[in-house]
Amino acid sequence: MIKAEWFYWLVGLSFLVMAAQMVTDRSNPKRFGTGAFWGLIGAGFIYSSWVVTKQAPAEPLGAAVLVMAVLAGFGFTGRGTPRTTTPEERTASAARLGNKLFVPALTIPVVAMACAIGVKHLSIGGEPVLQKGSETILGLGLGAVVALVVGMVLLREKRLSVPVRSGRTMLEAMGWAMLLPQMLATLGAIFQVSGVGGQVGKLATAVLPKDSLYVAVVVYCVGMFAFTLIMGNAFAAFPVMTAAVGWPVLIGHFHGNPAAVLALGMLAGFCGTLVTPMAANFNIVPAALLELKDQYGPIKAQLPTAGILLGCNIVIMALFAF
Amino acid sequence: MIVLLGVLVVVIGFATKRNALLVVAAAGIITGLLGGLSPAKVLAAFGEGFAGSRAVTIFAITLPVIGLLERYGLQEQARTLIARFGRLTTGRFLALYLGLRQIGAAVGLTNVFGHAQTVRPLAVPMAEGAAERRYGRLPARTREKIRSFAAGADNVGLFFGEDVFLAVGSILLITGFVNTTYGTHLEPLHLALWAIPTALCAFVVHGWRLLRLDRFLERELLAANAHPAIAEGAAR
Repeated sequence: MIKAEWFYWLVGLSFLVMAAQMVTDRSNPKRFGTGAFWGLIGAGFIYSSWVVTKQAPAEPLGAAVLVMAVLAGFGFTGRGTPRTTTPEERTASAARLGNKLFVPALTIPVVAMACAIGVKHLSIGGEPVLQKGSETILGLGLGAVVALVVGMVLLREKRLSVPVRSGRTMLEAMGWAMLLPQMLATLGAIFQVSGVGGQVGKLATAVLPKDSLYVAVVVYCVGMFAFTLIMGNAFAAFPVMTAAVGWPVLIGHFHGNPAAVLALGMLAGFCGTLVTPMAANFNIVPAALLELKDQYGPIKAQLPTAGILLGCNIVIMALFAF
Repeated sequence: MIVLLGVLVVVIGFATKRNALLVVAAAGIITGLLGGLSPAKVLAAFGEGFAGSRAVTIFAITLPVIGLLERYGLQEQARTLIARFGRLTTGRFLALYLGLRQIGAAVGLTNVFGHAQTVRPLAVPMAEGAAERRYGRLPARTREKIRSFAAGADNVGLFFGEDVFLAVGSILLITGFVNTTYGTHLEPLHLALWAIPTALCAFVVHGWRLLRLDRFLERELLAANAHPAIAEGAAR
């Protein structure tokens, strides 16, 4: 059985190799801080396997995470001068290789799709080939590895150091944004155990009028939207708002159709995900990946759509769920 | 009530544009301590959070191959390819991408597209290539806008496609939470059906905004090209 942990180790290992390259990269004025940051992430990826299974204490990893935050937050990380091809070389190479260049790029989605649809159901000797529940992650990981092999053969590139260095350049360009989604997921967990959700739920219940259906619909949807803004994740907002408003008021008191109320409530939360920096992997990381000057560029592009769709969800729920 | 101070830290931190990692770390420490966790528990929470959320970072595994292909001219070739389709404007191309992303997510292929593996190497050069073919060189500000909209097309397509698929996290979260908490029997299929009207709205609304992007580009770039001197000044 191919396990998800193997891919986490592979990612951790490649971070460690890249960190070693970063430390020896003299074109980076902050090479030691940068190397330490990515080295810690890489080591953390591997060490995490035992934290997840409770075979190792989580405290050292937590301390390492805070060190990473300090390294990146106080400007101890930087980037070297990327060694890559010139625009002219790339244009010439593109003209020479033509659409063959797309083959490795398309290998990733094709393998991911094959894993999600086909390999998912395969088993050898009663054991599934892909770890259950991790098929899509494994598909992405396998797709990337297969694509790398296909790409190197196709481009007749013999040195593995070339793709590793290219990947490292992209990592350095993204910098600390890369760690942000994991940090925010952690913050969400801390909010949960500290009872932030319960407090917000109490506030929502306190301001909610009990007699008007339409006001209650608006409070549930806007509450999902606003709470998702704070937590960066509609999944965190859902249990809170549903326990406070969705179930007791909309379904219990006004006899709404549970499937409609809950599905539309979740989608109202997704509108919040579109406009919050807390949903870093959707909003801040792409800004870094696309080398935008304004890290809120994607949020600004999504803001009107999010607003209109929040309205759509409210209207659909009010008209069809009761 | 006092644990909400952590939320305040986040809001103020983002509003004053402090480094997001530090803001989040500080908010986590403050919230944890105010919520009655011991310092060791706070550390453990950070460790467990990192370990449990590694899946969001796994896209990094695609970076070496994407970087390798970009080195050999992947983005340039994507531009060349799109330039052959004369009728495909930036907005139309992105609307097409939105539709594909939505359909993909709706049949469960949430990892088939994505920012690292599709938007950066393919969708952005194609969207920019379509604009370049019409208007020539693009000012930096226009480039930013096209890239922001490309990122947005991927997000909107994913979010409002995936809930139509039964086995997706949010649907399972809803049924899991409601069925255990309230002892009912909610079927994933019914939830997925109720996600369809919003999915259609999302396609119409965001698709329309993407088509409007073409009108913006036309206004902006025809004016800039009519007055090259002004465009140069704006670039500085």
